[in-house]
Amino acid sequence: MSDAPFFGRRVLRNEDEVLLTGRAQFIDDIQRPGMLHVAFWRSDFAHARIRSVDVERALAHPGVVAAYVADDLGDLWRPGPLLVPPPPIEGIVFHERCHLPLAKDRILHAGEPVVAIVASSRYVAEDALAEIVVDMEPLPVVVDLEAALAADAPILHEGLDSNLAAHCVQSKGDYEAALAAADLVIKRRFDYDRGVAAAIENRGVVAQWDEAEARLTIWDTTQAPIPIRNGLAGMFGLSERKVDVIAPFIGGGFGPKIMMFYPEEIVVPWIAMQLGRPVKWIEDRAENFYATTQERGQIHEAEMALSSDGRILGVRDVFLHDTGAYDPYGLTVPINAQCTLLGCYDVPAYHSEFTVVFTNRPIVTPVRGAGRQHGVFVMERLLDTAARELGIDRVEIRRRNYLSPDSFPHDHGLVYQDFSSLIYDSGDYEPALARAAEMIGYAAWCEGGRDASRAAGERVGIGIVSYVEGTGIGPYEGARVSVEPSGQVQVATGIGTQGQGHFTTLAQIVADQVGVEVTDVHVVTGDTREFHWGTGTFASRGAVVAGNACHAAALAVREKILDLAAKELDVDRERIELGNGRVADVDDPSRQMTLGELARRANPLRGAVVPGTEPGLEATAYFGPSRGTTASGVHAMRVEVDEETFDVRILDYVVVHDCGRVINPLILDGQIHGGVAHGIGNAFFEQLVMDDNGQLQNASFMDYLLPTATDVPRIRIDHVATPATDTPLGVKGAGEAGCIPTAAAFAQAVEDALGIEGFEICEIPLSPNRLFELVRAHRTGSRA
Amino acid sequence: MKPPPFRYHAPETVEETLALLAEYSWDAKLLAGGQSLVPAMNFRLAAPAVLIDLNRVAELQGIEALDNGGIALGAMTRQRAVEHSEVVRDRAPLLHEAMPWIAHPQIRSRGTIGGSIAHADPASELPAVMVALRAQFRARGPEGERTILAEDFFLGLLMTALAPEELLTRIEIPALPERTGVAFTEFARRHGDYALVGVAAVVTLNADDTCSDARLTLLSVGEGPFVPAQAVAELRETDLSDDTIAAAAAAAAAEIDPPTDIHASSDFRRHLTGVLVARVLRSARARARGQPA
Repeated sequence: MSDAPFFGRRVLRNEDEVLLTGRAQFIDDIQRPGMLHVAFWRSDFAHARIRSVDVERALAHPGVVAAYVADDLGDLWRPGPLLVPPPPIEGIVFHERCHLPLAKDRILHAGEPVVAIVASSRYVAEDALAEIVVDMEPLPVVVDLEAALAADAPILHEGLDSNLAAHCVQSKGDYEAALAAADLVIKRRFDYDRGVAAAIENRGVVAQWDEAEARLTIWDTTQAPIPIRNGLAGMFGLSERKVDVIAPFIGGGFGPKIMMFYPEEIVVPWIAMQLGRPVKWIEDRAENFYATTQERGQIHEAEMALSSDGRILGVRDVFLHDTGAYDPYGLTVPINAQCTLLGCYDVPAYHSEFTVVFTNRPIVTPVRGAGRQHGVFVMERLLDTAARELGIDRVEIRRRNYLSPDSFPHDHGLVYQDFSSLIYDSGDYEPALARAAEMIGYAAWCEGGRDASRAAGERVGIGIVSYVEGTGIGPYEGARVSVEPSGQVQVATGIGTQGQGHFTTLAQIVADQVGVEVTDVHVVTGDTREFHWGTGTFASRGAVVAGNACHAAALAVREKILDLAAKELDVDRERIELGNGRVADVDDPSRQMTLGELARRANPLRGAVVPGTEPGLEATAYFGPSRGTTASGVHAMRVEVDEETFDVRILDYVVVHDCGRVINPLILDGQIHGGVAHGIGNAFFEQLVMDDNGQLQNASFMDYLLPTATDVPRIRIDHVATPATDTPLGVKGAGEAGCIPTAAAFAQAVEDALGIEGFEICEIPLSPNRLFELVRAHRTGSRA
Repeated sequence: MKPPPFRYHAPETVEETLALLAEYSWDAKLLAGGQSLVPAMNFRLAAPAVLIDLNRVAELQGIEALDNGGIALGAMTRQRAVEHSEVVRDRAPLLHEAMPWIAHPQIRSRGTIGGSIAHADPASELPAVMVALRAQFRARGPEGERTILAEDFFLGLLMTALAPEELLTRIEIPALPERTGVAFTEFARRHGDYALVGVAAVVTLNADDTCSDARLTLLSVGEGPFVPAQAVAELRETDLSDDTIAAAAAAAAAEIDPPTDIHASSDFRRHLTGVLVARVLRSARARARGQPA
């Protein structure tokens, strides 16, 4: 691979021309003749009984074509399906309660859809929403995680005697023995809240039913078009060959677009079939805050047992996880938190126990990071406190507890989100820590830098933390690579793309094997008409799983090229040189042929195809990893706090990242930049503020604060490459890394900057207002 | 997030505008830069039956240097034009300093001076600055033109002294006296957000450096621009020492009753008010003395 012309290079993106010139087709660009528009009537109440629904006046509104309620859906009106069942962990409790396509009797969170209105335009549809009368009886609302488990809490789901959705214990070693042997025990409570994914493009579905062909075509902003196709075919009783799902260009996924099936993904295609006309639904931002899944809070009661030299003897963590009103995505988020907490560290004894709680809030499913940052925050904060109490440097205590490079593969003895064992395939953590410390100037900071800064009246601090990211999980992806008579190379794979640069990274992988320029490789993702085996884009797996599938298919095409070239040029196969879109005799370059010509000869119109061969220069291959591959890294930042206003400015940000072998450093930098911005938002800006009635107080970007260009610093990035050991390309995933440790580093840096004796930050998100409250409470000895 | 149906008029003169206002009265909303009104309509928080678009009324545009040393601004002058105006910079430095704090360049390119004043959002910069500068607003209505002092104009949350048939046409800002220093600052979560607290200060000195006049206006601490009278009283006829400024800051924090919202508690706003009042007063003092702020 070392002589690969494109793998590892900062290749400019194939997709940028069409994106930057405004010609990329996004969901709302899809126009069909006679298309109608859908708007949903959504509940304002977070918990209510529906007494009756009256759509008569709305139907009479000029321009309204139809209005549908739950009863109209017939057999389609059923909960589920459950997307991720609970993993096989002994003693696990899981109560499956999936949402419905349209609410019929009960509302369990604000924003649940009750009526679908179909009209000549979205404007008219929204006007008609005001004419719908839904008679509802409000019920007591529970939004607080701990209150939801109280004995007298209103219970959301029938058939359950509490709001407990799941309970899971995983452990290794003997934590009680570790506790007994400990020189120091740190015990803290941590609150970690998250918000919406805030993709710049909201969700949307366009559906068209072709009566003559009995064919259903759906454009969907999904991260997983193939499972959507398969699921809808089953629901509608159609052959999978008669349902096409196309994910066009998508303006960001970040997790919630892997969730399925959203009510709209079922109801909109169904309406198209009912009316025999194309229909479009585009989610607006106000809807997105309720109707698209989000991530939210966990409360951890965590304990760490240490020896006096700072070695971790054991960790015990008991936490609550908010799943919202339903749990269609199973336990992925809390299991990620549980497993990722162990981080880069050798933890001999671990007891982790979580309880998942139903609340009257929108549904929780993975958002970039997907629970990993909750676990990292708990672990890194415990280590910071331990370092302070033991008088050990915070970088040193991490170094002392790192898994050593010779301990891989490392089996943690836990079950991970993909149901496989939590085994780190490879890792080498100290070099990244040392490099990050060097880049942020940690040594100079400790040796006088900090004192000098404070003497100058500054309130500056440094944070430095490490993390791991489980990436690249199965089950599999596939790819088809074909050389066309034009000499251009077509690649089709089943994953979806939401801005990750797949049109370039996958092209680089293929170009290296097929011997063409990256710009000659045309990648299609997310279109079941082109490739219809696969799962989707999630869990930082695109480059790992689809990348290796593309690599395998490209290798197979390379073999076909070399075989056929040897025959057509009449030279030994070993003497064929492949590159620049040509095959040639290495000893006699005049004997050569373009790949296009070779492709034409591979598909003759006359003559016999040799038995045992296939026509064309084309191959399909699959890649299914037995388990994921573990990426890692260190983030460090320098912040300045205004002691009077409690504003925090990030002065410098350093990421040293290890995702194995890098396909395209330019694209990787972009992934990390975006992730860090996401992490900064989580740490200091973003929060879903819900009142006691389950009403979101900030369902717009005026009040839900995303970090802007002035809030995100320049990010300096360096890499360490510890190749993945179980995949041919040696790549690890990188999609979520940027946002996982940000909050932990931020909290450490702010503590360092404030320098207030005994002041600890045990919660995220922060804000100037919250820091003001926390510092005041610390100084007065009260609770904030 | 689509607005409900509305009727649309685009008059080209003030006379035509006044005729439309007389016809529709409360049913009409004036469309200036649309930076507050249009989002409110898209959220269906506002549903005016009639929109009267002022963007073609040429006589409402422009920045004028007045013979008395002051300036006059047409109500439909874009905020971006005011921000970049040399006349404004030289004659109304407080306004010049406050302009970049208003939202973002894109919003200021559409947003107008008169639109922001007439909207009277308590978190807006311009109402507070106009009160601090003792601006005079000219309004025209069925009974002709009248002048309203800025301090009498803002009546409460999104409420002004304008009658529904009246149109704000022109803003006049008097010249500042000699030995006057101004300063503006605010604290917002992100650059361009509505301020959690903002403060405008105008300080005028006597020949002996004592304070002959001081004006302070706070924004985002109540239902409109707020003048902290006790804080101002602490300053007049003093030497504006650091202790005096600290006392004024404490007085300002004590005399407000700011709201709690999701971004800041009342306590935090009170705390920030004290911090920011002290900061702007130190800057204004330095400038009045001819020192770097």
